[in-house]
Amino acid sequence: MATLELQGLRKSFAATQVLRQIDIALADGEMLVIVGASGCGKSTLLRLVAGLETPTAGRITIGGRDVTGLDPSERDIAMVFQNYALYPHMSVFDNMAYGLRIRGLSRGDITRKVEDAAALLGLEALLSRKPRQLSGGQRQRVAMGRAIVRDPKLFLFDEPLSNLDAKLRVQMRAEIRRLQRRLGVTSLYVTHDQVEAMTLGDRLLILHEGTPAQLATPMEVFERPADTYVAGFVGSPTMNFLPGRLARDGTAVQLDAGPLIPLQGRRSGDAVTLGIRPEHLTLGGSDLTLTVDLVEPLGSETLLHGRVAGREADAITVKVAGAVTATETVTVGVQADQAHVFDAGTGKRIDPLGQ
Amino acid sequence: MDRRTIFNGRLLPVALLLPQLLLTFFFFYWPAGQAVWSSLITQDAFGQGSVFVGLDNFVDLFTDPLYVASIVRTVFFCLAVSVAAMGIALVLAVFADRSIAGRGIYRTLLIWPYAIAPAMSAVLFLFVLNPRVGLLGRWLNDHGIAWDYTLNGTQAMLMVISASAWKQVSYNFIFFLAGLQSIPRAVTEAARMDGAKGWHRFRTITFPLLAPTTFFLLVVNVVYAAFDTFGTIFALTQGGPGQDTETLVLKVFRDGVINQDIGSSSAQSVVLMFGVIAITAVQFRFMGRKTVS
Repeated sequence: MATLELQGLRKSFAATQVLRQIDIALADGEMLVIVGASGCGKSTLLRLVAGLETPTAGRITIGGRDVTGLDPSERDIAMVFQNYALYPHMSVFDNMAYGLRIRGLSRGDITRKVEDAAALLGLEALLSRKPRQLSGGQRQRVAMGRAIVRDPKLFLFDEPLSNLDAKLRVQMRAEIRRLQRRLGVTSLYVTHDQVEAMTLGDRLLILHEGTPAQLATPMEVFERPADTYVAGFVGSPTMNFLPGRLARDGTAVQLDAGPLIPLQGRRSGDAVTLGIRPEHLTLGGSDLTLTVDLVEPLGSETLLHGRVAGREADAITVKVAGAVTATETVTVGVQADQAHVFDAGTGKRIDPLGQ
Repeated sequence: MDRRTIFNGRLLPVALLLPQLLLTFFFFYWPAGQAVWSSLITQDAFGQGSVFVGLDNFVDLFTDPLYVASIVRTVFFCLAVSVAAMGIALVLAVFADRSIAGRGIYRTLLIWPYAIAPAMSAVLFLFVLNPRVGLLGRWLNDHGIAWDYTLNGTQAMLMVISASAWKQVSYNFIFFLAGLQSIPRAVTEAARMDGAKGWHRFRTITFPLLAPTTFFLLVVNVVYAAFDTFGTIFALTQGGPGQDTETLVLKVFRDGVINQDIGSSSAQSVVLMFGVIAITAVQFRFMGRKTVS
């Protein structure tokens, strides 16, 4: 258990800058989820912390010790790999005992630790099996077991659930969270799945093309996304964006599509993007007129896809509770307190003045 | 998944199979049958007549101390060649597997010796090791080490082992490199994270995962050393000095072609044939097991 500090971390492969400038400090026992589209550098960041890649610049400190130049074997970190990376020729027991044997523990200690970890993960009956005799979920557990048995300073998770089927993924997600809380080990968790990110992290780091787009708690990321990238990344279905201009002294947005949408508070700016989540649009309001293209009933809710004022560029989605009978045009209201305003040029969030 | 083609009539399938069947018959079954037949008869010294003697040739063989010595020598030779060729190839493959600049060139160059004909590689070794014209041979003699493989049996054996192993290194290298590259990188990385360093990691992770490749290569190398090194040994030492580098294949050639003892030579061929069958059976069993797991 330890703190983790990344200072001015950069990584380039030849001429390609993969990570531009990462500064993060993790408290002891904190779980940070690094999330982003593929190619955003999130796996590279994890591998830098692991020591499997060497940073181009910057410093990595674990528990106050500078580990930047150290080999992975000297960092006392455990990692759970996407494809589990179990040792195929060893039994489950030997897989978990491997790191302990290297540390020169006595035979009795090894057996006790492995059995404890196995009990924690429900692997007692599988200890003599080889990895190829296990199901995907069981392999995942063994990979977890191999990580926790060593009692490392830091856990690294590299998309550990992406090879599991949907049902198992939900189950393992909860299990990982429980284990991490219980063991209190500082963790970095990389994923591209926003649901995993929202549910697992104490904080989220959203990476966009090698740059941190936002570092905040999941709820803050959801409620106050820092820019249009984050806003579009978190939440499902994704946030609607409509181009416009601030009007009425910054208290409303004049949409390019025509309607004037009143806002809460006063903002300064000019050309903006209005962001509004599908669940914050209500049927029957009078703000927008929507030409409906597609109605998707999901049981407990219904998604309406359509175009504002018939404009092809202004396609939006509305999420309504219950079933809806499809009509060609509907009128939709915007919940003013849930509207987000972003600068049209930089994509950055514009908050109301005096807030 | 089974793709079957159904032929109407018998003529076409027979016509399609015939070339292969004829080749197999004329170049394998017929000579093999001849060898078996010849091994059961004995000829008089002038080739005037032959007598059926049953298994007498085989009994003679296995009671002949020279033949038993040749078996022992061949086993030793095979093991020495296999261990040397595989050991060197493994070291080279481990180095070529690392991401170093220009590794494409190393890999290509390391494969070239395989393309050289056995007699050619023997001549290359003569240029190096001949006591009178060879570079290393002359250097050794100039520095007070009596090097002459035409007189010293141990030195001759060392030379034929080196020459034979050298030629096989390339082949082993290709397979070891492929084997190393098929080990998932994440597994090695997991071992690093677990704290395993260089040699320990190689011994506990890499080498065990190479085991299928290693076993396959062991079989191939033993077969190579036993049967394919005739050209190399014959060009280097002709089996000499004395019988010191005479493996079983060379002995078949000497007894049959030079000494014209067809009965004994054929019996030796039959023994070798059973050797090949045994090794092939082992290899097939192994291959079968590999596809199951």
